[in-house]
Amino acid sequence: MTGTFVGMPVFPEAAREALADSQLRHNLAHATSTIRAKRAKVVAEVPDWEELRLAGAAVKERALLDLETQLVRLEETLTANGATVHWARDAAEANAIVAGIAKAHAATEVVKVKSMVTQEIGLNEALAEEGIAAWETDLAELIVQLGDDLPSHILVPAIHRNRAEIRDIFRSKMGAAGRPAPDDLTDEPAVLAAAAREHLREKFLRAKVGVSGANFAVAETGTLVVVESEGNGRMCLTLPDVLVSVVGIEKVVARWEDLDPMLRLLPRSSTGERMNPYTSMWSGIAPGDGPQEVHVVLLDNGRTRALADEVGRQALRCIRCSACLNVCPVYERTGGHAYGSVYPGPIGAILNPLLKGVGHDDQIDSLPYASSLCGACFEVCPVRIDIPSVLVDQRAQVVDAHRGGVPKPEAMAMKGAAYVLKRSRRLSALERLTGLGMRFARRFGPTAWTGARDLPDAPGESFRDWWQRTDGGRKDDA
Amino acid sequence: MRVALMVTCINDALYPSTGQAVVRLLRRLGVEVEFPQAQTCCGQPMVNTGYLDEAVPVLRTFVDAFAGYDAVVTPSGSCAGSARHQHSIVAVRSGDEALQEAVAEIAPKVYELSEFLVDVLGVTDVGAYYPHRVTYHPTCHSLRMLGVGDRPQRLLEAVRGIRLVGLPGADECCGFGGTFAVKNADTSIAMGADKARHIRGTGAEIVVAGDNSCLTHIGGVLSRQRSGVRTVHLAEILASTEEVTR
Ligand code: SF4
Repeated sequence: MTGTFVGMPVFPEAAREALADSQLRHNLAHATSTIRAKRAKVVAEVPDWEELRLAGAAVKERALLDLETQLVRLEETLTANGATVHWARDAAEANAIVAGIAKAHAATEVVKVKSMVTQEIGLNEALAEEGIAAWETDLAELIVQLGDDLPSHILVPAIHRNRAEIRDIFRSKMGAAGRPAPDDLTDEPAVLAAAAREHLREKFLRAKVGVSGANFAVAETGTLVVVESEGNGRMCLTLPDVLVSVVGIEKVVARWEDLDPMLRLLPRSSTGERMNPYTSMWSGIAPGDGPQEVHVVLLDNGRTRALADEVGRQALRCIRCSACLNVCPVYERTGGHAYGSVYPGPIGAILNPLLKGVGHDDQIDSLPYASSLCGACFEVCPVRIDIPSVLVDQRAQVVDAHRGGVPKPEAMAMKGAAYVLKRSRRLSALERLTGLGMRFARRFGPTAWTGARDLPDAPGESFRDWWQRTDGGRKDDA
Repeated sequence: MRVALMVTCINDALYPSTGQAVVRLLRRLGVEVEFPQAQTCCGQPMVNTGYLDEAVPVLRTFVDAFAGYDAVVTPSGSCAGSARHQHSIVAVRSGDEALQEAVAEIAPKVYELSEFLVDVLGVTDVGAYYPHRVTYHPTCHSLRMLGVGDRPQRLLEAVRGIRLVGLPGADECCGFGGTFAVKNADTSIAMGADKARHIRGTGAEIVVAGDNSCLTHIGGVLSRQRSGVRTVHLAEILASTEEVTR
């Protein structure tokens, strides 16, 4: 039902289009600054926030460095609890497993808990091809799905929409997907939420199969955890007879106690709440209560590739809180679609290249450059992912992947600069010809700089020459 | 204490007056700064763009120029950050153990100007006089990569005659980001325009920062807007005295 990110242009082009949309920029600036302020306030309340971040990073790091053991343990405990565990190497395998389970129950529709991983693998589209309708039940996901749109934020997928746009989507699209919106629908948030509730209730009560992801998977106890604000997830997790949970292998944590720092870090970082309103945990099957058939699909889809990347592997610590998106000055101006993935913003800029590898797709290769390296993302990340350092490392990987062929103008410029900068004599010779800064700017293309910025004038004399002429200012500085 | 000035390639070529201000300022505070002639650049343009191999010869030049000094002071948060946090990455990749050792030796001795003044010299009042309305932009690398904190503000507050005005959204990136400014020019300019709007809103005559690269970008936007707001490096304000007011 929703579109896909396939064939997205490289970041600078997609960004240019987004920057021209002033409504979008207004919606984004308003939404991100509101949530930034909310987050900052609740984080400031925690005296040991820094220690909590370290604890959170350590929990994830421990599990990742011992991933094989933890996953085998998770499979054992889940199985002992009555769940069926499946392993999927990639999106196609995972989608086939979910479709197979739905078909085995003759289900023509499934209800979904908001989940990044099922979007990553394009589950809705894959199920649609099998004649199975997948209904998103999270309010923001519903807006995206009904609007035949793409998500643009991890937590608030419809952040690029304002409420007038949402009312229009509900009015024109709800009817075709189920219970239509009431005729007197206004753009009041409460009225919109009520319309969504009515629309969704019918689907919750009808569906035989629910599909979810998980925020955490505890190896020790075989417990999957979903945190949410609306409670729609809890409906999907308890009403249908069959539950399928698709879980990225990086979601595993070793012990029950490990949830302690994570469940404190996540809500404050993501929604700016002290505690998330709903925490659902399920450990296989409880006879007579909730789903009587539980399947867990453990998904790789590039995660072992990311794990093998010594600098980049820290990105697998990500708990998808979206704090880095909300503080990113690039995201704030371009929105999420420009990143060409369900994972936008700073984390998307590193995660997509890590999962898919660099050197074979210009769009992916453009992502590590979609940052000014200002470091705001690292500062807020609850699990201390040093996104700027990973970005720089990935830029090097992109450059290295393209070594050997016909060098790009940029590569020539860098080689030329390295030659000049090896010897101060060469540098001062170049400076005498023209200001080096100007030279750099012009080499990269004068329009890219001077389109909206003036260049400074080159001074008559470099510092180096001044130092020599005046003996470091000791002689008369005339 | 032997102190070297790392003037940075941008300052050398485009802003010699910033380097001259550092020399004047430090000399006034009793520090005779040396200028190692062999220096060129910290290699940051290459490293941040992903050309790590190309940065190796530049790094060799850097360590040759600055080996043996007790302190290396630079009027650039971003170049100090490059020396302290990125040089080891380049050195490790080069496989050259001597280079790695040299980097490990020098890196902790590289100071951004405000750090050097406050932490090494222990001064916040440098005896400056600057009778203007000024707003301060803390550059991202000073703020986050180096963690200079409020040192620049403390130095500015001690300047006589100055009227410091707060900058809304001060810690938001100006959009320069080295080659980001050309590779993602549209986004960079959008960020720069918002920064310029905030600066103009303060009514300041002058915007000050500890990095001329960011100021080139901010100043380029302000100049195109015919705003009349000037950009001035922190060193030049701190070097100004009643006798020589710029
Ligand atoms: S990278 Fe960090 S800040 Fe960004 S979404 Fe993941 S956990 Fe949150």
